[in-house]
Amino acid sequence: MSFLKRNRFVSRIGRSSNIRAGLWLKCHGCKQVVYHKDVQENQMVCTLCGYHYKIKASQRIDYIVDPGSFQETHANLRAANPLGFEIAELDYSYNAKIEEGRRKSGLNEAIITGFATLENIRTVIGAMEFRFCGASMGSVVGEKFCRAADDAVRERIPLVMICSSGGARMQEGILALMQMAKTADAVHAMNDAGVPYIPILVDPTSGGVYASFAGLGDITIAEPGAYIGFAGKRLIEGALKVKLPDDFQTAEYQYQNGFVDIISPRTELRPLLGRLLRYLSPQERLAAAEA
Amino acid sequence: MAEPKKRRAGADQALPFEKTLVEIEERLSKAQTDEERSAIAAELDKERRKVFESLTPWQRVQLARHPQRPRMLDFTTRILEDFVELHGDRALADDPAMVTGIGRFQGQTVCVVGQQKGTTTDEKLQRNFGMAGPEGYRKALRIFDMAERFGLPLLTFVDTPAAHPGVEAEQHGQGPAIARNLWALTRLRTPVFCAILSEGGSGGALGIAVGDWIAMLEHAIYVICPPERCAEILWRDAERKEIAASAMKVTAYDLKALGVIDSVVGEPPGGAHKDHAGAASILGEEVERFLAGCREGRWKPELRREKYRKMGAWIEDDAETARQAQA
Repeated sequence: MSFLKRNRFVSRIGRSSNIRAGLWLKCHGCKQVVYHKDVQENQMVCTLCGYHYKIKASQRIDYIVDPGSFQETHANLRAANPLGFEIAELDYSYNAKIEEGRRKSGLNEAIITGFATLENIRTVIGAMEFRFCGASMGSVVGEKFCRAADDAVRERIPLVMICSSGGARMQEGILALMQMAKTADAVHAMNDAGVPYIPILVDPTSGGVYASFAGLGDITIAEPGAYIGFAGKRLIEGALKVKLPDDFQTAEYQYQNGFVDIISPRTELRPLLGRLLRYLSPQERLAAAEA
Repeated sequence: MAEPKKRRAGADQALPFEKTLVEIEERLSKAQTDEERSAIAAELDKERRKVFESLTPWQRVQLARHPQRPRMLDFTTRILEDFVELHGDRALADDPAMVTGIGRFQGQTVCVVGQQKGTTTDEKLQRNFGMAGPEGYRKALRIFDMAERFGLPLLTFVDTPAAHPGVEAEQHGQGPAIARNLWALTRLRTPVFCAILSEGGSGGALGIAVGDWIAMLEHAIYVICPPERCAEILWRDAERKEIAASAMKVTAYDLKALGVIDSVVGEPPGGAHKDHAGAASILGEEVERFLAGCREGRWKPELRREKYRKMGAWIEDDAETARQAQA
């Protein structure tokens, strides 16, 4: 998982560098030293080079929705370890990994869902949390995505989903794989109901999540530089015995190949989503027709 | 006569745990009298039961990957009549790893989709070991649509280690192509039957394996990723594949218990690779039952969607407990 090495989390940056914690940080993109507060005020996008830091799921939602409008839903779902993936001889425990994910993220699972308004348009919104098991998709992520889609269909409002995932969750085995079918069907239900679904692909969006709900948007938006792909770059390099260029499977690469509609900096997501939802959300369309 | 030569190849390619069985089989073929033959046959039967009852999950993985296991076309040429193969995704190319077409099963017209791994080295290379690219998944989607338009039942045959991991596959949208197939399959109004023949690997398998009835051969495996890869990801050591294989729950019986497949299809004694025709005939009976279900109106898209919606396992705390836990 090369992306783990490439982008360390913001919270660790202060500690890992010699620069005094919190005040300055060395950008992972341009390697320049930048004033932490400037970057923070710029939604954790480097003010010099535009590098997008990985941030918490809750922060992502905060940057997009109207202040104070987010109401979390389905927070009571948590992972069950259905296969009993506990291997004594290797001292490996899925339960421990879940616990670790909870501790690191303060969340029950790798996805947050809820209701919010976005430029006064009521919407269902979700975001995936990379610090929880690499935002991999197990049963809870699948089920919560489906419930968010149900909410959108029931209320006839859009679903905006900030996708980020290392893929399907290995420790739930085949049940994790089945979440791909389940979430793809939830997208189909939204399509049938005429409810807009806009995934925003952030670094990294890969494997089973890209091959299900992240790959099925009405409109697909990506953050600049995000890794987006199905088979891991290292896996392909290993299989083909080649070295692939740096821009392979980036947002820009997927844009060029026709799989992303818009690459939008984080700081411009909110107005962009506002425009798109005004065009597409059922209520707004109705209002426009009546006007 | 090609038959004796084939048998020798069988001995060469026998898996470690099959060695004793191969020896007994050889003695059986050399037996002189009926009496001797029946004694050895009984011994073979007993030994076989012993070996197969104590297979480890990893040995099952090896069995599923047995080089002489029947491939998709070994099944379809036996159970279908008058199969017409259809080619091309109507956008870019024809992917030989994915075979699609139309044929008849006991008089009933059916649409067919499946991965063909290949049997000879040349065929394996030409078909990319059954690893389809986006073109293959889009060709399959074309046939799903056709089945829907003409109201024909759809049969899919899964035999792939994975979707092709390659540069062009990524360029042409491997992820979104598989996603679109899942999207389509869950809501087709026409009935869908899927058979997991030997190795069902990851999204590459699932991309043609969402249906009303998922049948899985007794010695097939169906996995989120190969055990070697799982071990590499979790423990950075592919050699721990045996541990991974047992933790991942890869066998047909495991998957039946988890509610991911609907039936386990038996195989001839010693496994499908010992008797292709026998294996095909058992699978044919399963297809027959499915098509009888079609005539009875047993398969409904709502039921299929419900089945998938229920898949997975999670804990749902009541709101109060959840609130306290978060506080």
